[in-house]
Amino acid sequence: MGKTLATRMAFGEELLKIAETRDDFVVCNADTKTCGLDKFRTYFPEREFSVGIAEQNMIATAAGLAACGNKVYAATFAVFASMRACEQVRTFVCHTNLNVTIVGTHTGLQVGGDGATHAAIEDVAIMRSFPNMTIVQPADAIAARKIAQASVDFVGPLYIRLHRNAVPDVYDESYTFEFGKASIPLDNGKDMSMIVSGILLKKALEAAEILKKEGIGVTVIDMSTIKPLDEAAVIRAAKETGAVMTIEDHNIIGGLGSAVAEVLGEHCPVPFKRIGIQDRFGESGDPELIYRAHGMDVDSIAAAARELIARK
Amino acid sequence: MNHNYFTEKDVERLEEQAVQIRKDIISMIHKAKAGHPGGSLSAVEIVTALYFHILNIDPQNPDWPDRDRFVLSKGHACPVVYSALARRGFFDVKHLDTLREYGSILQGHPDMHKCPGFDMSTGSLGNGLSTAVGMALSARLHHQDYMTYVLLGDGEIQEGLVWEAAMAASHHGLKNLIAIVDCNGVQINGWTNDIMRVEPIADKWRAFGWNVVETNGHNMKDVLTAFHTARTMRHNTVILARTVKGRGVSFMEDDCAWHGAAPDEEQMVQAIAEIGEGGVV
Repeated sequence: MGKTLATRMAFGEELLKIAETRDDFVVCNADTKTCGLDKFRTYFPEREFSVGIAEQNMIATAAGLAACGNKVYAATFAVFASMRACEQVRTFVCHTNLNVTIVGTHTGLQVGGDGATHAAIEDVAIMRSFPNMTIVQPADAIAARKIAQASVDFVGPLYIRLHRNAVPDVYDESYTFEFGKASIPLDNGKDMSMIVSGILLKKALEAAEILKKEGIGVTVIDMSTIKPLDEAAVIRAAKETGAVMTIEDHNIIGGLGSAVAEVLGEHCPVPFKRIGIQDRFGESGDPELIYRAHGMDVDSIAAAARELIARK
Repeated sequence: MNHNYFTEKDVERLEEQAVQIRKDIISMIHKAKAGHPGGSLSAVEIVTALYFHILNIDPQNPDWPDRDRFVLSKGHACPVVYSALARRGFFDVKHLDTLREYGSILQGHPDMHKCPGFDMSTGSLGNGLSTAVGMALSARLHHQDYMTYVLLGDGEIQEGLVWEAAMAASHHGLKNLIAIVDCNGVQINGWTNDIMRVEPIADKWRAFGWNVVETNGHNMKDVLTAFHTARTMRHNTVILARTVKGRGVSFMEDDCAWHGAAPDEEQMVQAIAEIGEGGVV
């Protein structure tokens, strides 16, 4: 097992590192400990703008900065970015199509202890419905760093979805990230596909290895860009394996599962299963126990995969 | 153009321009059969002063990086700015006949990518001051000496985000930012102070660290003096422009029914006749 680091911290560290050699972006903060970017002020005081606990003002101020030609990063918890400042993201970043990257942290049930108010389970559904928005989500710290590097030259509204707690690396330094392109970290065969976005990739890979021992060949796809969705990769997976499962740390309504279902429904209907949050709010506790309660642990994923294949 | 001082001739020129803009507002909204005449008419002197005397802008180069910025936070009053931009030469006046039509550069609420001269898309109330704070911060970051102006409505300041932005402007010491509140006292369903009391407005802004300048928003000389004062303050300043909703058209004045209603043919003829005869306060 590789190193463990939270995707949010890896992203923030990398952006701080990039800022040492590039001065063509600024950071807006709203007094949170989100992803280490609260430290941006210490090293680059001219390029950091703090607004206090005022997320709507942060996003609308970011829009004003971007309207003057600046690339802007605005970081806060995903619940606040997607809901407290929802209209500012929609109307003043997406409608205006401005160069603002929204960094949303503390996503999904992995938040654990902080409980329902702080665990974003619907942020992808919200952000995905805005025209012009691009949404990406790294599976581990290495992917988070690569996304940080790629994001600096990205132009337009961008939402980067990050997790709170440390996760083991699934990738090594050879991993490459490209906007809008799915990757295939594991190809164990053509019995079914698992399309995953975010840190649950690790669980998907473990479930696939269990299934391999049972003679079930699973192709695991990392959908690091949720919007625009790599539709060709979804259609190819459906045609080649004949059964598709989506896995995400997000409500099963409106997120990756819905995005994939939309493509399958229009182009290539096959037996399909969504693994994700069961349309219930988060709660405090050990994230692994909460994942189990929603059928998002390795054993539940493997069991759901067997049921899916039986429907083929 | 001297952006600080003005002569009697400037005042006369601007007053004449204001008459033209009032007529445009009425005919545009009549043609579109929809729009917001009340809050457009109350802001005519403010917008005329800005576009024809105060703002350092170039109609031939609307995206000039060093231009003064203007944000119409009360975006529903866009007819007044559309007219000012057209009359200032940002686009052909014939576009004024296309307000709210499919494919028009003149959307029901302003779109910065469709209409030359708009620095921010607006329409959802309460957001403009925040975006103006971002523009003023950018000027400081890049050592540019442009000013940022933002026009709000007095009903609009019921939105909480206005005060988040007001706090931030003072905290960051944005002496390159001037807000104007068009205090016409009326919002869509009645008197502002009946619906949600906003007075004492001056005390509120002062408490948030702003310099406050109060002026008669329909006296061109007073409006110009207020801008001059605000520009020389070297501190974030708000101009409270005391105005009359629907100003210049007798049957629209102080009547919330004309917040968002279009005049019919007969009403348009009467309104334009009254505007033609009207003087200044």
